[in-house]
Amino acid sequence: MKVQGKVHKYGNNVDTDVIIPARYLNTSEPSALAEHCMEDIDTEFVKNVSKGDIMVAERNFGCGSSREHAPIAIKASGISCVIASSFARIFYRNALNIGLSILECEEAAKEIKANDEVSVDFDTGVITDITTGKTYQAEPFPPFIQNIIEKGGLLNSLTK
Amino acid sequence: MGMTMTQKILADHAGLKEVKAGQLINAKLDIVHGNDVTSPVAINEFNRCKAENVFDKSRITLIMDHFTPNKDIKSAENCKQVREFAKKFNIDNYYDVGQMGIEHALLPEQGLVVPGDTVIGADSHTCTYGALGAFSTGVGSTDMAAGMISGMAWFKVPSALKIVLKGKLQENVSGKDVILHLIGKIGVDGALYRSLEFTGEGVHALSMDDRLCIANMAIECGAKNGIFPVDDVTLEYVNGRAKREYKVYEADADAEYDEVIEIDLSALRPTVAFPHLPENTKTIDEIKPNEVKIDQVVIGSCTNGRMEDMEAAAKILKGKKVNKDVRTIIIPATQQIYLQCIEKGIIKIFIEAGAVVSTPTCGPCLGGHMGILAKGERAVATTNRNFVGRMGHPESEVYLSSPAVAAASAVAGYIADPAKI
Repeated sequence: MKVQGKVHKYGNNVDTDVIIPARYLNTSEPSALAEHCMEDIDTEFVKNVSKGDIMVAERNFGCGSSREHAPIAIKASGISCVIASSFARIFYRNALNIGLSILECEEAAKEIKANDEVSVDFDTGVITDITTGKTYQAEPFPPFIQNIIEKGGLLNSLTK
Repeated sequence: MGMTMTQKILADHAGLKEVKAGQLINAKLDIVHGNDVTSPVAINEFNRCKAENVFDKSRITLIMDHFTPNKDIKSAENCKQVREFAKKFNIDNYYDVGQMGIEHALLPEQGLVVPGDTVIGADSHTCTYGALGAFSTGVGSTDMAAGMISGMAWFKVPSALKIVLKGKLQENVSGKDVILHLIGKIGVDGALYRSLEFTGEGVHALSMDDRLCIANMAIECGAKNGIFPVDDVTLEYVNGRAKREYKVYEADADAEYDEVIEIDLSALRPTVAFPHLPENTKTIDEIKPNEVKIDQVVIGSCTNGRMEDMEAAAKILKGKKVNKDVRTIIIPATQQIYLQCIEKGIIKIFIEAGAVVSTPTCGPCLGGHMGILAKGERAVATTNRNFVGRMGHPESEVYLSSPAVAAASAVAGYIADPAKI
């Protein structure tokens, strides 16, 4: 599976409170959550994001609360993959469980810039920055995790 | 090669003699827990895969504590959904307004989690129960749903940081200062994917409330869990409460740790985490009087809403008035703590000081309700996170502290040393 899109870039320790503030947690409807995704650190994100776009951030992405609403909001906003130097562990687990692709790659996370056009090949783990022409190697997911992502989440993969 | 305390609990729950860091295991769960924010998402997943029943109605805990008493129609609908689910499957431990308390204060208090347990909870502060010598960790709603169905969860066995505690805390220094100090030292991802194992002679001088507070914030340095050895203090707390048999695990003498960090408890000072990360710590001696003027104080939460926290705040507020410019909100974490506060005259002290006392709720900690900050406002809070917008407007600020520092700051109108109030 391959995805390609424009990059939205963030720094270290992007926490789940800024991904989706708790004031919106009275719903779990993906499209309603997506309307407020990232708004406390990037008021332009919701306006600028297009389907297939890629989010790139640095260390400890998704730290804080265990709210699954955070990866749900990112996925529903149209983001096809999140690349970071490292992920907070609950977010990492939640993202895979709901079928949001994530990849750890420190070099890519540091070098890729906002608005670059980037493609990701999940079978090989190769990340290509089409704007700069540079490629990066991330650890690809084993087939059972790829299956979860393709089916749209853990429980979907068990029932479909 | 020996195992850490966490590894021994996980091995036992996976039916294995031995596990190693990095190994993937499937472990049996003693408790699967959720609250009013995370359970509705889990129940939707549960229903979507057409599950017919829960694995064990006595081992699921559902606590309506975040947006309760319900703050709006949507949160009322969420609680209704969980209430109906609890009724349908006859869940033993469903706690609603009137019985509920803040989840991570309530479950230990009610003896629903016990030493040696393996617990997952769809709330990041589920790591609190490590104070009892249990393995407990926060997960998302999908893992909660799978746990409710199967009674199992997969884990990657963590490696550990060994935190050796020495000495004894000084007056006005508490468990909160210990954990803020540690997070300040290793950073918000300093223990990412790993366990924090607290050990050393200093552990015995820490009360259960201090240990619960310390384990509670293990997640704030990225840890998978934080765990304490079981000693006389633990057993005194557990005996008479435990609803199930418990099991005491100990780390092997030759257990391997990634790193050993020593903390001299007697050298710690009241510590405050500045915006917008729990790692931005300063001791009270590094903060000048009048340097950080505040608009609100919150004393409560799963981190610091327990009886000793109420007593620490009351000791400072007794016979004093809070600053007229500081809205002071105090939230005993459970009904039992609330009642004890009434019986001991503590609520009277709070109200006479000009504070407001609320029914148990997570409300203000996560910017849900009951104390939201406006643009540019600052709060000192005994809660656990000070991220951008955590308690309200994205341009508001949260300073994390102990109940003693929060109460002293409420009186002073700025972040203040409890010894100087």
